[in-house]
Amino acid sequence: MSFVTVRDVWKSYDGRPILERVNVDVEEGEFISIVGASGCGKSTFLRLLLADELPSRGAIRIEQGHRAMEPNQERGVVFQRYSVFPHMTVRDNIVAAESFGTRSGWFFGKRLRGARERADETLARIGLSHVADNYPATLSGGMQQRLAIGQALTAQPRILLLDEPFGALDPGTRLAMHDFLTELRARTKMTVFMVTHDLTEGFKLGDRVLVFDKPRWDPHDPGAYGATITYDFDARDEGIPFQTIKEKTHVPVSA
Amino acid sequence: MRLINRRPSRPVAVLLAALPFVLIVIAYMIGSDLRLAANPQDKLLPAPSTIWDTAVRLFTEPDKRSGRILLWADTGASLRRLALGVGIAAAISLSLGVLIGLLPYARRLLSGFVAVISMVPPLALLPILFIVFGLGEVSKVVLIVIGITPFLTRDLSQRVLDIPHEEIVKAQTLGASTLVIALRVVLPQILPRLISAIRLALGSAWLFLIAAEAVAADVGLGYRIFLVRRYLAMDVILTYVLWITFLAFVIDWALKRLSGKAFPWMGAGL
Repeated sequence: MSFVTVRDVWKSYDGRPILERVNVDVEEGEFISIVGASGCGKSTFLRLLLADELPSRGAIRIEQGHRAMEPNQERGVVFQRYSVFPHMTVRDNIVAAESFGTRSGWFFGKRLRGARERADETLARIGLSHVADNYPATLSGGMQQRLAIGQALTAQPRILLLDEPFGALDPGTRLAMHDFLTELRARTKMTVFMVTHDLTEGFKLGDRVLVFDKPRWDPHDPGAYGATITYDFDARDEGIPFQTIKEKTHVPVSA
Repeated sequence: MRLINRRPSRPVAVLLAALPFVLIVIAYMIGSDLRLAANPQDKLLPAPSTIWDTAVRLFTEPDKRSGRILLWADTGASLRRLALGVGIAAAISLSLGVLIGLLPYARRLLSGFVAVISMVPPLALLPILFIVFGLGEVSKVVLIVIGITPFLTRDLSQRVLDIPHEEIVKAQTLGASTLVIALRVVLPQILPRLISAIRLALGSAWLFLIAAEAVAADVGLGYRIFLVRRYLAMDVILTYVLWITFLAFVIDWALKRLSGKAFPWMGAGL
């Protein structure tokens, strides 16, 4: 059985379908890029995966578990903006990823010291040690997103959801973030869903690229039908799926 | 060069800032001089020197009967009422604001109610407060609380709603319960907003305080002003008005400083 199963998912607002008949299976450790035009439901799909919103019909399950009714620790998320807590220092943001799951939300004494040490290790890994005591507002956009990814991974989610995580960054920083994410993934083997409107980015980072679009279109009523997955590309080997074909083609049937 | 792009240099800026104050003092001095020239016994616009003498007397000389310096006693009583009223209002509005902003059920239950209550003119309730709570301290404090709590609550609940939804979702994915989100995500981000809301509400708080003291009190800044009004003691009234203005200004400045010191993560957002 696949790791994440999406079965016949529909989502409509006020009777207007946004998504219809979405079916997809994702294996553990896959990196799924989600692309599509503006307003075609790719962010809605991510919010459904996140369980921030619930499908009108159908079900999304992780390892055949229950349908989630609200965001939980199985899902980590990084948004384009506002993904870290502005009132906590960089280190406390990482500590919060551990302490928020407790009853009071605070760590004290020995547990706090332990969490701080682990946070410092995490910060060293994501290259933010030198700003551990700063507040996020003083960090550059790329550093804030690195912190957000580090924070999300500290909570050890089953799947990581990225909603245009590099959309607000300049091209140079974006490339650096690609390397950062690739490296991180090689180490953690995390299952990732990333919404992006940058096709190159989607193919570069993803193992698969899902394209959302409206297959049915009524010119008199553009909102009548929802979007669904219209293409499911194999994006390994830099998006050239047939590069690794082993068997010989164009061989005469009976030589 | 367009007018919108012209900026005063530093000395000119200081001069401009001082100008309205200087003008009002000069206008007062001219008016006072004219009236005193016509009638040396005039009490309406006492000479600045008279006001100064009165101020020195009020700040230093004890009352002959009670042996206390009345101005300090008035100040102490008034500030105590103000602090109690504003403190209680802040505590109530902080809890209500977080509840309304965070819980859809509380929002449905309370936001309409608070919106209606905030339309009740608090001063119209003053007689009721005097009847219910008597003429002592309680009714004055309660008037301040009733007067500013609805405003503070509406402001704070809106601030809670303004916290990006992304942050609330992020906290949930880190396993935070509703309580943890309230205490560790919402509350710390709301406290600086509380202080700026209090700074805005302090003007009304002073208004309600002076009004309550004017109607029924035996000590207090507002009480004293309305007491000496009977004797047309403009020098005393003006001293008290300037003193109240000074106090309000210092409190506002102190709150601003506190906010900057206590919430360094706000940066320039205050």
